[in-house]
Amino acid sequence: MTKNPKQIGSKQPSHPLDDLIRTDRIPHIWCPGCGIGTVFSSCLTAIKATEIPYNEFTMVSGIGCSARGAGYIKLDSFHTTHGRAIPFASGIKMAKPDLNVIVFSGDGDLFAIGGNHFIHAARRNMDITVICVNNLNYGMTGGQVAATTPSRAKTTTTPFGNPDSPFNLPLLAYASGASYVARWTILHVRDLTNAINEAIRKKGFSFIEVLAPCPINYGRRNKEKSLDTMKLYQEKTIIKNGADPGRADIDFERGVILGTFVDTDRSTCDDMYEVTCRQCSED
Amino acid sequence: MAFWRQPLDTQEIQITKGVVNIIEDRCKGCGYCIEFCPMHILAFSDHFNKKGYHPPQTTKPDECVNCHYCEIICPEFAIYSTEAPL
Ligand SMILES: Cc1ncc(C[n+]2csc(CCOP(=O)(O)OP(=O)(O)O)c2C)c(N)n1
Ligand code: SF4
Ligand code: SF4
Ligand code: SF4
Ligand SMILES: [Mg+2]
Repeated sequence: MTKNPKQIGSKQPSHPLDDLIRTDRIPHIWCPGCGIGTVFSSCLTAIKATEIPYNEFTMVSGIGCSARGAGYIKLDSFHTTHGRAIPFASGIKMAKPDLNVIVFSGDGDLFAIGGNHFIHAARRNMDITVICVNNLNYGMTGGQVAATTPSRAKTTTTPFGNPDSPFNLPLLAYASGASYVARWTILHVRDLTNAINEAIRKKGFSFIEVLAPCPINYGRRNKEKSLDTMKLYQEKTIIKNGADPGRADIDFERGVILGTFVDTDRSTCDDMYEVTCRQCSED
Repeated sequence: MAFWRQPLDTQEIQITKGVVNIIEDRCKGCGYCIEFCPMHILAFSDHFNKKGYHPPQTTKPDECVNCHYCEIICPEFAIYSTEAPL
């Protein structure tokens, strides 16, 4: 395929993204008010906006509600095992460096069971785009505490409140060596789409954290209806591009920083492999 | 005094008009489009869709500015705007 097919007119009303979704599987499994659908839709809009042929993309997900994304996109995609989306994606990228590889998964998948894969792929500057839907808990399995759950928040496994501190994901990504790091919420969906578009075109490891409501499991236990969470995103966030990721911890009382934290260039894993290993094998 | 800040080219700026399209059976009634439409022209309808949710309807269809916000915030691919024919 060199050109993406144009949508042909039909009597049925057709959504502008229908050519990129498996419409036979819609409505999807995500609960009413769940933010994952908006992140997913934003990702598809960003893919479309790059004008890169669809067959030069692939999406990889792990396990979780967010990770169902790979099953709804009408492109080659991989729904892998829990925590292992990044190693699968790295394998694909090493074998087919021309593909744009997008990892679409949840906070638990990417930063609890899959945390080590994340830091090492960032360290090696693997040229992939990682989109993390951060809903502050393990949505799929009933709302257990995650590595991203704010201190004192209630979950099924922390009924008295979370005694631990959460990860600051932009700081973790920056410290691990990512080339592009941004955070948005689903309310800031235009900025989010632009960021995903930038991240896809960026050479190197790109990471975007997206805050999204999980009204059923996280919201219900913390007295937050989905519209309350959206109001927090509206009133308690501060957009500050180039901010210090060290100040990006999620504290809605103080205000949560959104924007692009990192946008730098350094050799990717593939570049380094080329100059280091391919050269040796010629000697 | 009230209008001294009015831009000089107000008369010339064209506001695009839009048509809202709703695929009712995909809607799960989250209300995001209704809450965040900048023109406040969407509201829950009284009828149910196939899954038992109340899909949105336009209260003032002529006032849609085709900004697409309802389209991009909707988690369900259930609503989108198109340019109104002139
Ligand atoms: C090896 C393994 N351990 C545990 C599980 C159970 N499990 C399924 S999804 C999940 C957590 C998902 O959380 P997250 O990635 O945040 O996704 P969400 O559902 O919140 O979108 C867990 C622990 C599993 N499927 N496989
Ligand atoms: S459990 Fe939470 S994360 Fe999973 S689909 Fe429902 S609202 Fe979304
Ligand atoms: S396109 Fe914009 S103005 Fe029109 S209904 Fe949607 S959100 Fe409202
Ligand atoms: S945003 Fe979508 S799912 Fe939510 S009420 Fe509007 S049309 Fe329905
Ligand atoms: Mg989660």
